[in-house]
Amino acid sequence: MFEYAPAPESRDVVDIRPSYGLFINGEWADALGDAREKTINPASEEVLAEFAVASEADVDRAVSAARKAYDAVWGQMPGRERAKYLFRIARIIQERARELAVLESLDNGKPIRESRDVDLPLVAAHFFYYAGWADKLGYAGLGADPRPLGVAAQVIPWNFPLLMLAWKIAPALACGNTVVLKPAETTPLTALAFAEICRQADLPPGVVNIVTGAGETGQALVNHPDVNKVAFTGSTEVGRLIARSVAGSGKKLTLELGGKAANIVFDDAALDQAVEGIVNGIFFNQGHVCCAGSRLLVQESIEGELLDALKRRLSTLRMGDPLDKNTDIGAINSSAQLAKIKELSDAGESEGAARWSASCPIPEKGFWFPPTLFTGVAQSHRIAREEIFGPVLSVLTFRTPAEAVEKANNSPYGLSAGVWTEKGSRILWMADKLRAGVVWANTFNKFDPTSPFGGYKESGYGREGGRHGLEAYLDVRPM
Amino acid sequence: MSPDVLLRLWFGTIRPVGDAGVVSTLTTPLAEVAATNATLRAFLHGLPGVDRVGADQRTAMLGTRSIKTTAKAQAIDLAISMVDLTTLEGADTLGKVRAMCAKAVRPDPADPSVPKVAAVCVYPDLVAPAVEALGRSGVRVASVATGFPSGRTSLEVKVRDTELAVAAGAHEIDMVIDRGAFLSGDYRKVFDEIAAVRSACARDGGDDAHLKVILETGELATYDNVRRASWLAMLAGADFIKTSTGKVAPAATLPVTLVMLEAVRDFRSQTGRMIGVKPAGGIRTTKDAIKYLVLVNETTGPDWLTPEWFRLGASSLLNDLLMQRQKLTTGRYAGPDYFTLD
Repeated sequence: MFEYAPAPESRDVVDIRPSYGLFINGEWADALGDAREKTINPASEEVLAEFAVASEADVDRAVSAARKAYDAVWGQMPGRERAKYLFRIARIIQERARELAVLESLDNGKPIRESRDVDLPLVAAHFFYYAGWADKLGYAGLGADPRPLGVAAQVIPWNFPLLMLAWKIAPALACGNTVVLKPAETTPLTALAFAEICRQADLPPGVVNIVTGAGETGQALVNHPDVNKVAFTGSTEVGRLIARSVAGSGKKLTLELGGKAANIVFDDAALDQAVEGIVNGIFFNQGHVCCAGSRLLVQESIEGELLDALKRRLSTLRMGDPLDKNTDIGAINSSAQLAKIKELSDAGESEGAARWSASCPIPEKGFWFPPTLFTGVAQSHRIAREEIFGPVLSVLTFRTPAEAVEKANNSPYGLSAGVWTEKGSRILWMADKLRAGVVWANTFNKFDPTSPFGGYKESGYGREGGRHGLEAYLDVRPM
Repeated sequence: MSPDVLLRLWFGTIRPVGDAGVVSTLTTPLAEVAATNATLRAFLHGLPGVDRVGADQRTAMLGTRSIKTTAKAQAIDLAISMVDLTTLEGADTLGKVRAMCAKAVRPDPADPSVPKVAAVCVYPDLVAPAVEALGRSGVRVASVATGFPSGRTSLEVKVRDTELAVAAGAHEIDMVIDRGAFLSGDYRKVFDEIAAVRSACARDGGDDAHLKVILETGELATYDNVRRASWLAMLAGADFIKTSTGKVAPAATLPVTLVMLEAVRDFRSQTGRMIGVKPAGGIRTTKDAIKYLVLVNETTGPDWLTPEWFRLGASSLLNDLLMQRQKLTTGRYAGPDYFTLD
């Protein structure tokens, strides 16, 4: 037996302060109130740092700083000058990639292999990509001279803390807006490190402001009367509240919400690669992915063969220390999320689906859930309809391509889908019929800054990424 | 193999489209998979395809596995014990082969704890001196045969080539398949040649030479072809499937080896028979070798992690393994002159 010895990435590259304030107008500022929260390492429950909880008054200070920076500096600045700052930020991110990857894994629980090989390269790529657009906005097909909106209020989730920040901040700044961003309360550290990067890049004060806190801070931010744009990524439930409160305010809104993606495997698929794609689709980032392929739709004629192969593969997944370079599955981000995953999994069992989990040792401390799949799942089961946001796969079967489409689309969500077949014509046919913002063919969970991302139905509206992502941050109404 | 297993093998892998197909295969045992070129083609083309992008990504991901300290020490010794130390040059001489055999038995004269390699691999005319030089050391002698490396000769010559090598004492025969026949769709010809060479590996007293079948994946080009050729070789009686002659670029690659490992894994789960895998050519560094071991570990599992079932065809690799081994034990690198060139 070939056991891999522990190969932990060193923590020495990160410098976490015991306590953080708010980043307003290019400076670290204490919150006006005394409220503070702690962020922990979900793999060990160790407290990493304390951070300020921004009150309504703090949010107001941040929005004023952003407004001032927009009026005085950033909104006026020629695109080619804005681009220089964005390119500089992108390069600093690349230079500090190792540090940021370790910090992300510590705060979020995701394996270092993913933060190092997926998150950080994509973060830098987003800044590089949108830096390139900054002086070419007139050629984006959105009118000859599209104007920025003003101040953008951005609220991001905990599953890809720094990547979601990049998805939000890079296009906003490229288009000439200024930003107040609130990171998730369980994962604020990389956003706070990004504040330092803004200073390192000499970004004019107030262009980027970071306020930390939980739901109330977010609520104060999106409801602030002086913001022109609200961008939110997170749960459909919160998205709905935001849509309601923003309605009629004139604020432009983009929402990127939940999903329950179908990953559809036909009997002529390249089986071994389909298995890899299924694993990557649902167990990437512990399944904390809004576009995760959480419903496996497999053609009934190969169900047995595919499940055997899948179970064999799941048994080789390595769960444990997120900082170990050989870890495949890290920790669940919080005890609250773990409780939700457990609740839905138990519901799956009590509704009659069969549960199978890879047997892997579970560390004593921290929040863990083994890779799990459910067979015998029906469309009516909760685990086939509700977003679990964890490493849990529901397996359903279909008989014909039409039935696959029908089942895939039979969901309130419509963020992504996957199709596995060696037949090119069927891929195109399926992509035409699937009501999902992204359709992956013979791959899954692949991201690129040039490709627009967003949902149908309850998965949200607006697109992020690519040329389409610019529209969300520009005033494209005719003059 | 019982008819049951044969039936399952035939039935479990091929996917008949219509009812007529089902009826005709219900009574077809595996032996009849090779009955005609048409049945062989139907079987091989019924295997699931291989997605190149996906296979490449899988091996790239496994390439990031970090093998350190105790695991690295274990991997280096395992890799040394799996090496088929190879010389296949027109300029090979008795002296060259004897020197290589000495190295095979004791790779590092200064350190007796270094394991011996699995085998030496030579041309057929040098089998006898290699057998003599290795004596009772336990290092096996593998001989390339069948008109290596191109295989462009008659079946009679290929069979005779094999018989002579076996008679000279070779424990293993590394044959090449007829890539021309394979690429032109004449699977039956490839099958028959492998089966004929397999018969030529027989030795009185039952101590048959093991047959390694070289697919020359660099010439087969697609991963689909690699999977089909792997199955073809296994059905025809190969004990091992081997990537390359080392004379064609690209030689062994991680994705090609992945596809072959998947083939032997699936073949065992359907027939119960285990087949070995040997990547050969282009594996030069310890880092490369460890990537192959990780690939085996996470594709077929540890059953294949022994010299009996996995080999590395290489020559310069051995010195790099020795160098890294010494670095790990002493903390220092010695210069290349401290490792013998044989």
